[in-house]
Amino acid sequence: MPLFDQLYNFASWLAQDRTEAEDLVQETYAKALRGFSSFQPGTNFRAWMYRILRNTFLTSRTGLKATAIVGLDLDEVAELPAGAESPEALLIDQSQRETLQAALEEIPVFYREILLLCEVEEMSYKEIAETLSIPIGTVMSRLSRARGALRASLRKKMMRT
Amino acid sequence: MDQWTDKLEVYLDGELPAAEMQALQEHVRACPSCAADILSRVQMKRAVQGAANRYRPSAEFRQQVRAQIAPRSSFVPTRIWALAAALLIVLSLALFSVRQREVARQQVFSEIADLHVSTLASANPVDVLSTDRHTVKPWFQGKLPFTFDLPELQNSEFTLVGGRVAYLEQSPGAELIYQIRKHQISVFIFQQRVFASASDEGAQRRATFNMESWSHNDLRYFVIGDASAQNIHNLAELMRQAAQS
Repeated sequence: MPLFDQLYNFASWLAQDRTEAEDLVQETYAKALRGFSSFQPGTNFRAWMYRILRNTFLTSRTGLKATAIVGLDLDEVAELPAGAESPEALLIDQSQRETLQAALEEIPVFYREILLLCEVEEMSYKEIAETLSIPIGTVMSRLSRARGALRASLRKKMMRT
Repeated sequence: MDQWTDKLEVYLDGELPAAEMQALQEHVRACPSCAADILSRVQMKRAVQGAANRYRPSAEFRQQVRAQIAPRSSFVPTRIWALAAALLIVLSLALFSVRQREVARQQVFSEIADLHVSTLASANPVDVLSTDRHTVKPWFQGKLPFTFDLPELQNSEFTLVGGRVAYLEQSPGAELIYQIRKHQISVFIFQQRVFASASDEGAQRRATFNMESWSHNDLRYFVIGDASAQNIHNLAELMRQAAQS
């Protein structure tokens, strides 16, 4: 099954719940099968699959809840949270895996998903734009803000420990 | 440095237009704070990649979805069919095992050559940029499940350009890039267990590349580049000496 493991990982990060993640993946494949005729050959299959999964999530109860608390200023230029601006002091290695996972769980879902698509799936900006249905310029600004938010969240956690 | 900060991210994502790449690379060489910035951003990218690869589907769930999307089939294999299929598999395995070995050997070499070419073609060929082996070696710490030694190059014609993590058969290894005159040579070090057999060691010439390979202490070394066979051999000798000292 193409993309099965990756889609499952992505779904789990979105839903933060095993059963829901499984439902999401299952529904994604069902929708993809049904709608395969709507897939345009030559366009990006991976982006298409992720888009189905993501749209399924966004219209689910958890998805609606997760996105309701996210402000609309997601991509607007605003003050970055403290600690987000200078990455130098924040050297991280594999041993902080769990802290990093906790920090990832904490940031808004729109930041989390774009980081996953970029760092884990290693999608190009164009592919991310296709998956999230946003312009490339927004991909760049949102990514940058997502990284800032992650650093801030991480820094807070590392100070606490 | 502010005008560069945004570009660094884009650069590390591999999305900076080639026209701006040169300027950025030149700037980073002269700007320690950007260089430090790059280092921590690379580490962060890697850390996120590792940490976010977190959830695995259970075998039952995989089976469930597979059944869901599989086309319905009315064909039920009988025992005879299963037996015949098994026999056929055993037979073909026996027949092809000899050829397989040759194929596997070819594959390793073409994969090594591909890795080397993709490094040459890459916009940022090295992740750790340094001519100092004392910088390059520690950089791999925590990234690889093994360590290795690098030769002293002071009295040789080679210079170290840098290193990166390379993957072969899903296993991480070290790729070191050396330069001799205008030629770039890659040295790959992987764990021996990645390879099925060691029968493919020795000097080779593949397409336009010369390559030399050997094993030492459970590590497998490859030296590949478009430099002369003699150059490749000389660098291989230096690597061997470093590993033994």
